[in-house]
Amino acid sequence: MLYALLCYNSEEMVFSWTKEEDDAVMAKLAVVHGKLAAAKKLGPTLRLMPTTAATTLRKSDPPMVIDGPFAETKEQLLGFYIVDCADLDEALGVARELGEANPGGAYEIRPLRVFLPGTLEAEPAGASA
Amino acid sequence: MTDLAWIDAALTSARPQAIGALLRYFRDLDTAEEAYQEACLRALRNWPQKGPPRDPAAWLIMVGRNAALDGVRRKSKQTELPPEDVISDVDDVETPMAERLDGAHYRDDILRLMFICCHPELPATQQIALALRIVSGLSVKQIAKAFLVSEAAMEQRITRAKGRIAKAEVPFEAPGAVERSERIAAVAAMVYLVFNEGYSAGAEAADARARLSEEAIRLARLLLKLFQTEPEIMGLTALLLLQHARVAARFDAAGAAVLLEDQDRSLWNRDMIGEGLALIDKAMRHRRPGPYQIQAAIAALHARAPRPEDTDWAQIEALYVGLERLTPSPVITLNRAVAASKARGPAEALAMIEPLADALGGYFYFFGAKGAFLLQLGRDAEARQAFDRAIALANTAAEAAHIRGQIDRLTADARARAAR
Repeated sequence: MLYALLCYNSEEMVFSWTKEEDDAVMAKLAVVHGKLAAAKKLGPTLRLMPTTAATTLRKSDPPMVIDGPFAETKEQLLGFYIVDCADLDEALGVARELGEANPGGAYEIRPLRVFLPGTLEAEPAGASA
Repeated sequence: MTDLAWIDAALTSARPQAIGALLRYFRDLDTAEEAYQEACLRALRNWPQKGPPRDPAAWLIMVGRNAALDGVRRKSKQTELPPEDVISDVDDVETPMAERLDGAHYRDDILRLMFICCHPELPATQQIALALRIVSGLSVKQIAKAFLVSEAAMEQRITRAKGRIAKAEVPFEAPGAVERSERIAAVAAMVYLVFNEGYSAGAEAADARARLSEEAIRLARLLLKLFQTEPEIMGLTALLLLQHARVAARFDAAGAAVLLEDQDRSLWNRDMIGEGLALIDKAMRHRRPGPYQIQAAIAALHARAPRPEDTDWAQIEALYVGLERLTPSPVITLNRAVAASKARGPAEALAMIEPLADALGGYFYFFGAKGAFLLQLGRDAEARQAFDRAIALANTAAEAAHIRGQIDRLTADARARAAR
């Protein structure tokens, strides 16, 4: 079963990390990513810009464009993983391990209904700029 | 991150909202700050054991308010003190109430807290120091280090600034729409001051100053989060991100400033550039251009060019024309002329800056640009004169070195041309 692990945390905090703090968290996460990838369990992974960069299209008639995220919450959706796990227990285990590497916030674990891997190649952050 | 580091980060990010709300309750900055401090102390005792509350700001507001009220009672000795664990255990029961109390107010609370730091009577340096101390929560020591002054001097500067705003009328009622947008504009200008204080530093204090630029970005993001539909705040945030993205490339190993066209563009921070470009995109949709948006658009054209020679100077000149129209200033005309010299050659650029001689007669960059145009036109003797004037007017060794570097480069270019 494929699961999405939706990463929620306070973006004020995460985007206040110094480069060193950010690098340290990413280095710890990379260890977990490496293990998952080696076990062929890791699908697409992404990290989002802050919600201030977000724009929302309300599918009203006519559609309305709104500055900001769909929902204003205390903690924000900051990224997600797609992982291949046998069951919820295993997915929770992955979330726990990721959570130890990067404490604070929450992971929402959502089983996938449709998964299209897409055709994009991975690219370094911001390379499209 | 350790638990303690996490708590520290949570306290810092909750700070503007918490102090803003406490200021509204107590209408006195010192009381609000003390109440917040007390709440932080209790958080440090309480959170490691009980786990962090779901809404740290609401917890801090409630506990801080109770603690301060308790302090008032203690002074009047009328009421017996409730036991400590009762006060510090309010999170579960009272958090929803705190949220109800503050949800509607928090935008204006934070805006007010930022706004009192930009009181027009406060000189720019005091505004910056106050914002860093009150809103960002930097220590006096950290701020002193960034300003290259002693801790005692900075302490005094902040105390004086606080004294001034204590005497000034601070408006506590919720602002109307016009007043709110005036406050937003004043706060945006203050945030830009904080950024420039960091950005304009030489290499000698680069680390402490970079902290100021990062704080400014944090404040700009906060402001944008509060007022998501303001194109100028999108522009401001984009401008700061795009400029700060170049920080690693701005000084060489010896600490000398590196000109934009000589910078190693692989050192530019692509994450920040990406976010800056995304914000400009959003701002443009509003079709309400403003000075921050235009400056951000200019910075974006530099950021988008893979090599200096790919820079779209014609578009940059057009943007400077727009900026000139919105905020006429000889310095902007000078910048426009520099863009024009790249797009259309030095003769037109020189003609453009001739009328600025009176207004910018004491500005080193004016003579630097003039010298560059003259040299490109082959008028070497006049160019030399202008460069000498520029060096005489330079405020810092870095500025003088910048002009000397320009002389060397242009002299070499001119020789190369002559040899062809």
